[in-house]
Amino acid sequence: MADTMKRDYSLVGESTRRAIETGLASAEWYHTDVSRKAMKELMQRSDGPAIRDTVIWIVAILGSAAGGIYFWGTWWCVPFFFVYGVLYGSSSDSRWHECGHGTAFRTRWMNDVVYQIASFMLMRNPVTWRWSHARHHTDTIIVGRDAEIAVMRPPDLLRAALAFTGILDFRYSLPALVRQAFGTLTPDEKSYVPEMEQHKAVIAARWHVAIYIATIALALYMWSFLPLVLIGLPRLYGTWHMVMTGLLQHIGLADNVVDHRLNTRTVYMNPISRFIYWNMNYHVEHHMFPMVPYHALPRLHELIKHDLPVPNPSIWHAYREVWPVLLKQLRYEDYFLKRELPPTARPYRGEFHEVNMSAAAE
Amino acid sequence: MADWVEACTVDDVEEEDVIRFDHGGRTFAIYRSPDDEFFATDGFCTHEKAHLADGLVMGDIIECPKHNGRFNYKTGQAKGAPVCVNLVTYPVKVEAGKVLIRTTSQQSQGDKIDEPEKTHDR
Repeated sequence: MADTMKRDYSLVGESTRRAIETGLASAEWYHTDVSRKAMKELMQRSDGPAIRDTVIWIVAILGSAAGGIYFWGTWWCVPFFFVYGVLYGSSSDSRWHECGHGTAFRTRWMNDVVYQIASFMLMRNPVTWRWSHARHHTDTIIVGRDAEIAVMRPPDLLRAALAFTGILDFRYSLPALVRQAFGTLTPDEKSYVPEMEQHKAVIAARWHVAIYIATIALALYMWSFLPLVLIGLPRLYGTWHMVMTGLLQHIGLADNVVDHRLNTRTVYMNPISRFIYWNMNYHVEHHMFPMVPYHALPRLHELIKHDLPVPNPSIWHAYREVWPVLLKQLRYEDYFLKRELPPTARPYRGEFHEVNMSAAAE
Repeated sequence: MADWVEACTVDDVEEEDVIRFDHGGRTFAIYRSPDDEFFATDGFCTHEKAHLADGLVMGDIIECPKHNGRFNYKTGQAKGAPVCVNLVTYPVKVEAGKVLIRTTSQQSQGDKIDEPEKTHDR
C-alpha cells in the first residue's frame, strides 16, 4: 500500500523526524560508475569559460540597462528591460548557484564576488542560502529535510503560476531580508545554518537592505521609478525564465528516494536558455557529481547517459509531461512520474523506495 | 615506532591527487602535493560523511566531492562554508618508496575554522 501520510515540509517537524529515523537523512546516494581518471578530468577547474561568460553577461546587463535608461519614457525601453530583466532576475540564479558551489571559476575570489552580486540580485541572503543549498544536495527532495523544494504536494498550482511573476518570491524574500537584518532567524533557518555562521547572515541582510533603502531614496529624490526598475523590480519582471527552467529540476518526480535518477530531471534546452541557465538543464548529472563545473556538464552527460533516464527533448515536452502528473497529485499526492531507465542502466535501488514506488505512474 | 603504518607506495598516488586508506576501522586520505610531498588527513569531510578521496586536489587544497567544502590538506585548516571544523592531519614519512603515516593525530579534533593554522610536523 502507498503511504498516504500528509507531508510536513517544515524542517523541524514530523517528516524531519521520520527522515532521520528511516535513514533517508544524510543517506548514501546512488552514483553512476565513473573512473577516477575520467572524473578528475571532468572536475578540473578553469577560469577561462566563466570569465568569458561573465564578461558577456556583464556587457549584456550594462548594455540593456543603458538602452532602457536611454529610451526611458517611451515604449522602446520595453525590449531593453525585457533583456535586462531576464539577465538580472533569471541568469543571476545560475551564477549564484555555480559560484556557490565554487565550481564556476578556478579562482576562489572570483566565485565569491559573483556569488555575492548574484545573491543580491536574487534577494537571497548569501549565507542562509549557501547552507540551504548544501542541505538540498545532502537531502534532495527529502520531505522535512530539503529546504529548497519548489513545488510541494499536493501542488498549489496558483502558487506555481504566480512564481513566474516573481510576486511570491518577492513577497517572501524582501521581508525575510528585513527580518534577518533585525537579527532574527527562523527555526528552519537555524536548523541548517550553523550557530557560528548565523551572525554573518544578519550582516549580509543588513547590507542588502541598506542598498534597497538607498535605491528607494534615490527614486524619491529623482521622483522616478527608474532606479527601482533597475534595482529590485527585475526580481519581479525578469524572473520567469529562472522559474521556467528551475521548476523542471524536480517537479512531478519522486520524493523521499536516494537516487537522483528518480527525483531529478535532465532536459535538453536551446542555446540561449543554456547560457542563461549555465547548463543546469543537465540536472541529474549535476546532483550526482556536484564537483563538475557547468562547462563540463555536457561531457559528463555524454559519459553517463547510458545509466540515466532519457532526457526530455525540450522545455515544452517536459511541461507537457509534468502537467497531468500535477493534476493527478491534486487528488492523490503520493502519485509521481517514475522515469524509465534505458536497458543499459543499472536498476533503481529498491531498499528505500518500495513504498513510494507503488504510487508511481508507469 | 609502533604506530607508523604503511599506507601505500609513492606510485599509488599521482601528483596533485589523493587516495583513500583504510586502517584499524578508520579511513584516512593520503595526498601527494604538486611539489611531490605526501600528507595525510582524516578520510571524511568534517561537514558531512563524504570520502575526501573522491574529491579534487588543487595545489594545497582538497575539495570535498559532496558540498565542495575546501580544506588545506597540509594543515587541515577549513577554508570556509560549508566546512567549519578543521581536518585532523597525521604525520607522514616516505621510506624506500613507501608512504608511512602515524595514525595518532598531531592536532586535536574539532578545531574551529577561526583558530590559527597548525604547524605540520613531517
